[in-house]
Amino acid sequence: MDNNQTFTLESLKRILREGAGADESVDFDGDILDADFEELGYESLAILETCGRIEREYGITLDDSVVSDVRTPRRMVEVVNEHLGQTAPA
Amino acid sequence: MSTVTRTGTPRAVVTGLGITAPNGLDTEAYWDAVRVGKSGIGRITRFDPSQYPARLAGEVPGFTASEHLPSRLMAQTDHMTRLALVATDWALADAGVVPADLPAYSMGVVTASSSGGFEFGQGELQKLWAEGSQYVSAYQSFAWFYAVNSGQISIRNGMKGPSGVVVSDQAGGLDALAQARRQIRKGTSLVVSGSVDASICPWGWVAQLAGGRLATGDDPDSAYVPFDAAAAGHVPGEGGAILIMEDEAAARERGATVYGHIAGYGSTFDPAPGSGRPPGLRKAIELALTDAGLDAADIDVVFADAAAVPELDRAEAEALNAVFGPRGVPVTAPKTMTGRLYSGAAPLDVATAFLAMREGLVPATVNVEPDPAHQLDLITGQPRVLPVRNALVLARGHGGFNSAAVASAL
Repeated sequence: MDNNQTFTLESLKRILREGAGADESVDFDGDILDADFEELGYESLAILETCGRIEREYGITLDDSVVSDVRTPRRMVEVVNEHLGQTAPA
Repeated sequence: MSTVTRTGTPRAVVTGLGITAPNGLDTEAYWDAVRVGKSGIGRITRFDPSQYPARLAGEVPGFTASEHLPSRLMAQTDHMTRLALVATDWALADAGVVPADLPAYSMGVVTASSSGGFEFGQGELQKLWAEGSQYVSAYQSFAWFYAVNSGQISIRNGMKGPSGVVVSDQAGGLDALAQARRQIRKGTSLVVSGSVDASICPWGWVAQLAGGRLATGDDPDSAYVPFDAAAAGHVPGEGGAILIMEDEAAARERGATVYGHIAGYGSTFDPAPGSGRPPGLRKAIELALTDAGLDAADIDVVFADAAAVPELDRAEAEALNAVFGPRGVPVTAPKTMTGRLYSGAAPLDVATAFLAMREGLVPATVNVEPDPAHQLDLITGQPRVLPVRNALVLARGHGGFNSAAVASAL
């Protein structure tokens, strides 16, 4: 695994779009870091699908609680990067 | 004008139609095609059929779902659901209904389904076995369910009233309309009903082949010929019709244009094979006529189930002749232009009946040379100029389902 890989807001937006599409009424180029996923048009199933895709692509395992507890893109990016740090080889 | 039947129950009127058919995408395109006998049956294009014994189908032409639906829905829907959502949009527009303007709990959704979202399901099962469970879409949890069209229509349009799905193969298309009518009689002012089915994908195809009733010819003009001595199975199709059904008083209050109403319905189940008892179709017809308060002589035209399996054609002809007398009523099967649409077929026939009432013209059964032994007055060749006030629509489902409905002008 690439131990320099980082997960960015752009990565998250791409994976959200690929797995669940994007609500046309939301400006994803705007400041969405602290918006609730529900406000962005994503219900829990969309977040479940997104977490699955992140796990596959980045070779990590997210705790089930991420789907229910992580409410914003900022927090999702943090959580994924924490995992990447944990799983990256020393 | 009275807004209740002779038995005092509110009438369920049809105020909007949304059609996605193999020979026409939207109501006007479909009617333009069907009134001149234009078929939508051809060689399958949705997958390579060359290795399969049946290679013809009725595919809906020119449907690009992303032009009609947001990307949030594209990620989570099977082809049949996309068709159903778009047909619903068109039906609501036709009815002049803006769901957001109506109380959420006054609107329900009752559709039928015969197979669910097979193409979506096939893709996810392929991922499951080829790559592992972590590759299966979270949306598989509902995208292939029988009930998914009702659910997605309900969510997209904010309809929170009584909703559900009926599953009884081809008969389900009428059973759904009957269930919608029940909900309207119980007080729901508007129900989105009808059905759209589609499973023209390898998995769906293999399942249909296992039923043993698919036509195996390669000529689109001779493969599906119900009531013909050469009948040898059917060509499947995709699509169907969504109907907006309303309580007549509610529809009138908002000044809606009304196509007609679902005046009668009856359903039966065939006795077990070998019992010696007759099939139940005749009884279903008689129940529907009684329910409508009509005599056989009041029926202007019959839209046949038209199985194109010799034994089933014979049974349908016998039922019709028992009720109406030999050649006693004009019979047609416009589904010869679309293939059998499973749960979508009968709602499309009901929609076609209302369009026939509007124009005073009944579409023909194409490509069929009627077997005189059936003793049917089958409308073939040209459409027939015929004033229609009451149309009987028949639908049978695999395993013994028989349903009959009467669509009537007001």
